[in-house]
Amino acid sequence: MNTRSFAATGVLNGIAALAMLVALYLALVYAPPAANLVGAAQIAQRIFYFHVPSAWVGFLAFFVTFVASIAYLWKGGRQWDVLAFSSVEIGLVFTSMVVTTGPLWAKPTWGVWWVWSDPKLSTVAVLWLIYFAYLMLRNTVEDEARRARLAAVLGIVGFLDVPIVFGAVRWWGQSVAHPIVFGTGGLRHSPRMLTAFLFCLGAFTLLYVVLLIQRLRLEGMRHEVERLKSQGFTL
Amino acid sequence: MRIGFLHKILAIVHKDIIAELRTKEMFSSMFVFALLVIVIFNFAFELRVANIRQVAPGVLWVTFTFAGILGLNRSFILEKDRGCLEGLLLAPVDRSAIYFGKMLGNLLFMSVVEAIVLPIFWVLFNPPLFSPALIPVIVLGTVGFAGVGTLFSAIAVHTRAREVMLPILLFPIVVPLMIAAVKITGGLLDGQPLAEMRHWLNLLVGFDVIFLAVSYMTFDYVVEE
Repeated sequence: MNTRSFAATGVLNGIAALAMLVALYLALVYAPPAANLVGAAQIAQRIFYFHVPSAWVGFLAFFVTFVASIAYLWKGGRQWDVLAFSSVEIGLVFTSMVVTTGPLWAKPTWGVWWVWSDPKLSTVAVLWLIYFAYLMLRNTVEDEARRARLAAVLGIVGFLDVPIVFGAVRWWGQSVAHPIVFGTGGLRHSPRMLTAFLFCLGAFTLLYVVLLIQRLRLEGMRHEVERLKSQGFTL
Repeated sequence: MRIGFLHKILAIVHKDIIAELRTKEMFSSMFVFALLVIVIFNFAFELRVANIRQVAPGVLWVTFTFAGILGLNRSFILEKDRGCLEGLLLAPVDRSAIYFGKMLGNLLFMSVVEAIVLPIFWVLFNPPLFSPALIPVIVLGTVGFAGVGTLFSAIAVHTRAREVMLPILLFPIVVPLMIAAVKITGGLLDGQPLAEMRHWLNLLVGFDVIFLAVSYMTFDYVVEE
């Protein structure tokens, strides 16, 4: 990587860090407390500003993996495989944030940590398991080309499963009232809430992009070191 | 002589049946394991559940799934260990013929086990009426399970921890299949007609079609050397 693009990613990192700080301020201070809630539920409502963007980034990351996996099987090329698993790693971090912030919010609001009949909860839980298995699969295959092919197949099958899981759980149980962000009521009545939410959404997406760039860079460097080693350089 | 696609598939199924008839390895392990699962569930639930109808559908499908995993694991491990997979890949047949052949073989073995386990299950658990509509539901569920399971069996066999990897890869994917199958089975035990559960049947069929198609398209990349 040349110096100019290195400087560019440095600037991007700085912007992302700043955006995350502003996002924290907007979510915890700027946004007004939810008028229809009281006590712990009112405080827990602020989790929403990080919870929903995390879920969005998780889905985005696994969608990127899905596309990169198809591209790998179709066209080949190591860069698609690197993109696919880098995105899974980041997506898994954000999905983990979703499944931890969700129960923290649910306990004071619903009275329970977890509800299986809610399609969003169950889908994210299954999603988490699929992509955790994806990383386990990669760790147990020696040959690099084969590892990439097997992982790509799972990257495709796993993502196609997501809407089916969602549909199945939606029919399965009477869902508790999982808040719907873009419906009647909700954010439309509070411009400050909407501003805070949209900013958090943007900040988290930027964070994903920054992490992805860094992960790709890291993998590029690792690959370069491997190449030099194989040429007889000793470190 | 040119052999048709169907003949090639059946030749692979034929090979698997002969291998199984000679060893009876896969069938006996699946069958005994299925019985063990039923026995353990029986003791695990009996004291706590007043109405067996509430747990019977789940127990039935968990039994099928666990026994199926054993069969699917053997399916490609046998090929790999004895170097048969290379032979299959070198044979002048399309890769998709290998997929459908192995898939039909797995489907057949699972179905035989299920056909024996189902009456035993009825005798031991004594759920109320037996609805004949249960048969097509079990077939649809097993097709989906064997369909995506055959693909994942071929994936797992190329990993270091192969027996362990198969359930870890397969179970999250078949969650919607299990939900639909258990729901319909429960409905039938409660005396609901199948027509009332059309949306669940659609889900089963949809799952089967989508994942058979995807497995067919991606199997080539999995077995490629």
